[in-house]
Amino acid sequence: MDQRRHRTGGSVHAITRREFVRKGLGGLILLTAGGVLSSRAVAKAPLVREKAILIDTARCIGCKSCVAACKEAHGLPPEETGDLSPTTLTNVFFRPIAEPKPHLVLGEGRLQERSYKYQCMHCLDPACASACPVAALRKTPQGPVIYDASRCIGCRYCMMACPFRVPRFEWAKALPSITKCDFCAGRLAAGKKPACVEACPAEALKFGDREELLREARERIKGDPARYFNYIYGEHEVGGTSMLYLADVPFQELGFPNLPKEPLPALTWKSLSKIPGLVVLLGAFLSFVQWLSQRRVEVERIEVAVERRKAA
Amino acid sequence: MKLTPGKAILLALILLGATVTGVRFARGLGAVTHLSDRFPWGLWVGFDVLVGVALAAGGFTMAAAVYVFNLKRFEPLLRPAILTAFLGYILVILALLVDLGRPYRIWHPMIMWNPRSVMFEVAWCVMLYTTVLALEFSPAVFERLRMERPRKIIRAVTVPLVIAGVILSTLHQSSLGALFLIVPEKLHPLWYTPLLPILFFVSALAVAPAMVILEALVSARAYRRQPEGELLGELASVIPVILGIYLLLKLYALGTGGSITWVFAGTVESMMYWLELLLGVVLPAFLLAIPDVRRSVRGLLWSSSLVVLGVVLNRLNVAIIGMWAAAGTRYLPSWMEVAITAGIVALGIFLYTVAVEHLPIFPEQRLRLVQQER
Ligand code: SF4
Ligand code: SF4
Ligand code: SF4
Repeated sequence: MDQRRHRTGGSVHAITRREFVRKGLGGLILLTAGGVLSSRAVAKAPLVREKAILIDTARCIGCKSCVAACKEAHGLPPEETGDLSPTTLTNVFFRPIAEPKPHLVLGEGRLQERSYKYQCMHCLDPACASACPVAALRKTPQGPVIYDASRCIGCRYCMMACPFRVPRFEWAKALPSITKCDFCAGRLAAGKKPACVEACPAEALKFGDREELLREARERIKGDPARYFNYIYGEHEVGGTSMLYLADVPFQELGFPNLPKEPLPALTWKSLSKIPGLVVLLGAFLSFVQWLSQRRVEVERIEVAVERRKAA
Repeated sequence: MKLTPGKAILLALILLGATVTGVRFARGLGAVTHLSDRFPWGLWVGFDVLVGVALAAGGFTMAAAVYVFNLKRFEPLLRPAILTAFLGYILVILALLVDLGRPYRIWHPMIMWNPRSVMFEVAWCVMLYTTVLALEFSPAVFERLRMERPRKIIRAVTVPLVIAGVILSTLHQSSLGALFLIVPEKLHPLWYTPLLPILFFVSALAVAPAMVILEALVSARAYRRQPEGELLGELASVIPVILGIYLLLKLYALGTGGSITWVFAGTVESMMYWLELLLGVVLPAFLLAIPDVRRSVRGLLWSSSLVVLGVVLNRLNVAIIGMWAAAGTRYLPSWMEVAITAGIVALGIFLYTVAVEHLPIFPEQRLRLVQQER
């Protein structure tokens, strides 16, 4: 804040020198601390608005237009594979619900079940990207978590780490890669919407700035509190995701995992961040012990020699 | 080199493993393993890598005892321990080459960095420590080839080399546990704890002397040498202490993690937990605390085998059994996965025998070499 005011020069004198030093120093300390504590502060450039998709499962009619559009946009065969797979980056899943409830769009025509689209959640602090030893997975400031197949060694640690079990592996190939939804990063760069969003006939998918979509999601809940389950899935899960979900049944019924609010990479970072200190400490300790024990051996040797001379 | 029945069996296992490895490279991981998107890591990570690295801990601990703590009386046990560790790491790397989807890119972490990744750190430590082990082992080769100069150079840098090895080992032995810190919702609460890195490290410390003892006794029998009885007993006396600390840490993790009810749940997981703890920790700690057990070859053999079993069970529990429930599928390795693992282990034993038969590994072999020189 302060800096910007300085650069534009307009209101430099609005803050006193002392205040500037205090604020500036405080800010610096906070920034360094923040940077050290969470590398996310560094990774996230504030200038770019993070994009997101709002997925309103209450509106989803289960037509799978998104699935077909995604496959087409990525040059994948149109055949269904059931679950997510190397040829199905997104799919629509159907779940029976606990109590019959008329569907928002289909009304009495769909009482017993709900459908939802599933794909990579594009976490704000992705476990997969923190796990990958060669940084083949990367969160871009625009939102997409993208994958560079030319770096990947195929260790599958990203699959282990992902709390949503999204990454898929080409088990049948001799030279396999990881596959997952890429948030149509190429289309976004060209100023287009994700293919799935464009294809949805029920307006269940909406693409936009994450902040704005969160606001809209809240409004939808407020506008029809009797219908919507009062929760935005993805707002806080594992630190927040770029895919945001609304539902008219509890998310547990849809089988969404119940996850903590803390980003998972923080768990490993707690251990990793101790390494530099540990190396220094251990190095000093071992060198000291070595010096001490060496001395003891030498002292003993001298003592023995002295004893011998005395005896002789 | 004579082809004994033992070696014939080893060679047969190696051949089978190599054949299946051929199939794996031709047709992909899906064709030979029971791995799936629900269960991306299996026997090769659980056993070949996690157990392999833990069982190779004898190398850095014995080196520390002899060179850092100057406990020179353990010197006779050092070279065999370094040899096992070195071979162990080579086998781990071989297993990784089989397990990785793109093994020819195994060097990528050298130039493509991600310091936030535990796997990245493990990759670097394993790479560097294998180099350290190669250097620590090299004097055996130099002695045999009567190359004085390089031997002297290595001797001059031994202490810093050993210290580097201890640091690297501490880091990656614990980091193998830290790999699982990122799966709090996937690993069963009986095993998931923030203490995982410490538990992995301490259990590696406990299994290190057990492996050295086991190896000394088995090779003594195989080569009809006199086992270093008293020395082994002394080494064994530290095991109950380390296992005791390990047990306390395990109980602390259980108490603070709120998973105590799981212990009595009667599930497969709870049974495996009991098995791991009672058979692999409590029993050997109890046995090795008895001086008479430590004085008998059979006592040493059995109780150190139990310690090894305990670590094997622990690593497999963390990597496989503990992942069952959340994955919704009970992965068990295919016969082909087992065949490759068996082939790799057989290769390790085979290389050990070759090394022992051609290089000065045991003290009496070194003595003979020195006498020949005179
Ligand atoms: S959902 Fe999984 S694969 Fe997608 S960004 Fe998050 S951790 Fe990565
Ligand atoms: S499988 Fe590939 S993308 Fe996934 S963690 Fe390993 S190297 Fe990274
Ligand atoms: S964002 Fe693109 S890649 Fe992801 S599901 Fe939609 S169409 Fe497929």
